[in-house]
Amino acid sequence: MSTTILFTIISLSAIGAGAAIILYFVAQKFKVYEDPRIDQVEEALPAANCGGCGYPGCRGFAEALVKADDISDLYCPVGGNETMGAVAKILGKEVEAKEPLVAVVRCSGSPEHRKRVNEYDGASSCAISSALYAGETNCQYGCLGLGDCVEVCDFDAIYMDEETGLPVVVDDNCTACGACVKACPNDIIELRKKNKKDRKIFVSCVNQDKGGIARKACKVACIGCGKCVKVCPFDAITMENYLAYIDPNKCKLCRKCVTECPTGAILEINFPPRKVKEEKKDAAKEKKAEVSDKKENDSSTQNK
Amino acid sequence: MLKTFTKGGVHPAESKYSADSAIEKLPLPKTVSIPVAQHIGVPSKPVVKKGDKVKVGDIIAESAGFVSANIHSSVSGTVSKIDNVLDSTGYKKPSVIIDVEGDEWNEDIEQSTDLKKEISLTDKEIVQKINQSGIVGLGGATFPSHVKLSVPEGKKIDVLIINGVECEPYLTSDHRLMLEKAEEMLVGIQILMKALSVNRAIIGIENNKPDAIEYLSGLIKNYPGIEVQELKVKYPQGGEKQLIKALINREVPSGGLPLDVGAVVHNVGTAYAVYEAIQKNKPLFERVVTVTGQSVKKPSNFMVRIGTPVNDLIEAAGGLPEDTGKVINGGPMMGKALNDLDVPVAKGTSGILILPDEMAARKPENNCIRCAKCVSVCPQGLEPYLLNKLTQLEKNDILEQNGVMDCIECGSCAFTCPAGLPLLDYIRLGKSRVSRILRSRKQ
Repeated sequence: MSTTILFTIISLSAIGAGAAIILYFVAQKFKVYEDPRIDQVEEALPAANCGGCGYPGCRGFAEALVKADDISDLYCPVGGNETMGAVAKILGKEVEAKEPLVAVVRCSGSPEHRKRVNEYDGASSCAISSALYAGETNCQYGCLGLGDCVEVCDFDAIYMDEETGLPVVVDDNCTACGACVKACPNDIIELRKKNKKDRKIFVSCVNQDKGGIARKACKVACIGCGKCVKVCPFDAITMENYLAYIDPNKCKLCRKCVTECPTGAILEINFPPRKVKEEKKDAAKEKKAEVSDKKENDSSTQNK
Repeated sequence: MLKTFTKGGVHPAESKYSADSAIEKLPLPKTVSIPVAQHIGVPSKPVVKKGDKVKVGDIIAESAGFVSANIHSSVSGTVSKIDNVLDSTGYKKPSVIIDVEGDEWNEDIEQSTDLKKEISLTDKEIVQKINQSGIVGLGGATFPSHVKLSVPEGKKIDVLIINGVECEPYLTSDHRLMLEKAEEMLVGIQILMKALSVNRAIIGIENNKPDAIEYLSGLIKNYPGIEVQELKVKYPQGGEKQLIKALINREVPSGGLPLDVGAVVHNVGTAYAVYEAIQKNKPLFERVVTVTGQSVKKPSNFMVRIGTPVNDLIEAAGGLPEDTGKVINGGPMMGKALNDLDVPVAKGTSGILILPDEMAARKPENNCIRCAKCVSVCPQGLEPYLLNKLTQLEKNDILEQNGVMDCIECGSCAFTCPAGLPLLDYIRLGKSRVSRILRSRKQ
């Protein structure tokens, strides 16, 4: 009996040792060299794997970062300047600090402003709906309200407001990865500069119809009147296809355009209330109040 | 046993209410809006401007490429504006809007209805004339006809197939055309045969139209080379790949064209339009449109000028029924619901179908139960449940491998799905994504 056990142990150990020796040499022969910095860089990245950098996941981005000589074109929107600084330190390369961005929804067409003229009962996807027709309202540019942007967000940074039927971005969660921008078939969502205290001024409309048609379809549409272009002291506003656009790089957040806009299509967000009170500005203020109310509600629900 | 295609297929209720209504001329509308994109391919370029006087048959938009088509005025009057107007795509598209004044035709058009049998033009001239006349496939796909007739070198065509199947339920425009304009259509087929230099043409007709089969079988004795083939009723037999399989038992390869198996398919409506263009010098500015539905007072077939608002057609058919749930442009299987009744009739509008409330809603959506009914009905041999899922997961490469581009969008899968899944909607989305990738790969 004992010899059988002994024989088994010896023979198995011999096979094991032999295999180990062979494997050692095989591993030496087929060794793949991998830059150890890739692992280090990957560690520094946020591991969100969102694809916001344009590479397949954080590992892919880390490889690209290590490979590239000049990494100033590569940027991780989720980690932001902090992460990129850490990466640069590991690699001994230089990066420029970039202005943080945040997604904004450029449509205010809630049911009270934008009447529903037909009913869509097809598959619940903006991409499918937009391939079929212009949507439930007379505005063929605005939000379709089926939530493709919410579906693709990895950070819980966007949700559909049940009352307005429009997506709302939670600024604190938004990492500006751009997934929602790509998902929106109507190009409503835009990445804009975050600015101090999350203050933003933007044209919340993408309607390129002539004024009359746009206004008929939606009360808060940009009608292309050009008043904002005239009033802007920094030449930040351009008018194309009856639609105003505020260049975030030129805009100095002076808010002159907001008061000038006759339809209230230009939104100001996170600004303190104005000191001078004039009746004319009531409309714009109500809007602002609404927005700030909503913000408070958001934060309170989150706290819960 | 009657001929038909082998793979898949469904048999929806036929409901051909308007089969016995003769084609009526619809009174002229007050204004027409003629979209410049009524065909597959590049939209045409408008050549008229505001205030121009046009006559019936005058060219108002020129073809802007090889795969494109001229567009002619369907009425006489003044161009009131060129503007974006909602059309059957569901979007506002550039259109020429004309205020109708009288009914003055271009002098070149021969207005008599005498049958003219002699074909004086050569094959090249025929193709050129068809191109100028703005003829597109009138079965619904609106592919410019001259492209199909320009056979690339090295390809040999030996048979012309004429599609008189009309497999879509409800629609009867082709059926009526075969009964009322049969001789013209047959001459049109001869013209097409000459253009393609083939000496054999087969007209495929499903056997739910026995009158048309009988009538045409009698007439073809005077037209050598043309045959009539009775087919078993099965949807989507009107798809060109299915029709080729059914009639001459050849299979168009994946990603290929009927040209690859030596066949060219044209619709009976197109054959009639070709006759009018070649023999009567009349460009394509009117077509037969069926207006039908379960509760429609007077299901009819109208000869309609392109650009007429759909509303006019519905009024002429007895008005919009009270229980209307949906108005569909086209047939119930492949047609598309309209969101506005002022959209104009275009070259591809074969019918206006008015569905009552109870038939309009979609089936409630449930989970896929893996019954594989969609697989068994797919006429292209695809796996719709899989393509659906892959699209939802955005696995575009696997979608491509699974032949999503071979889908003919017939809707048999969604029609048969017991779980009511919007299979076709997702497959279409996947198809558009993959085709975008294929295009960018080519560049």
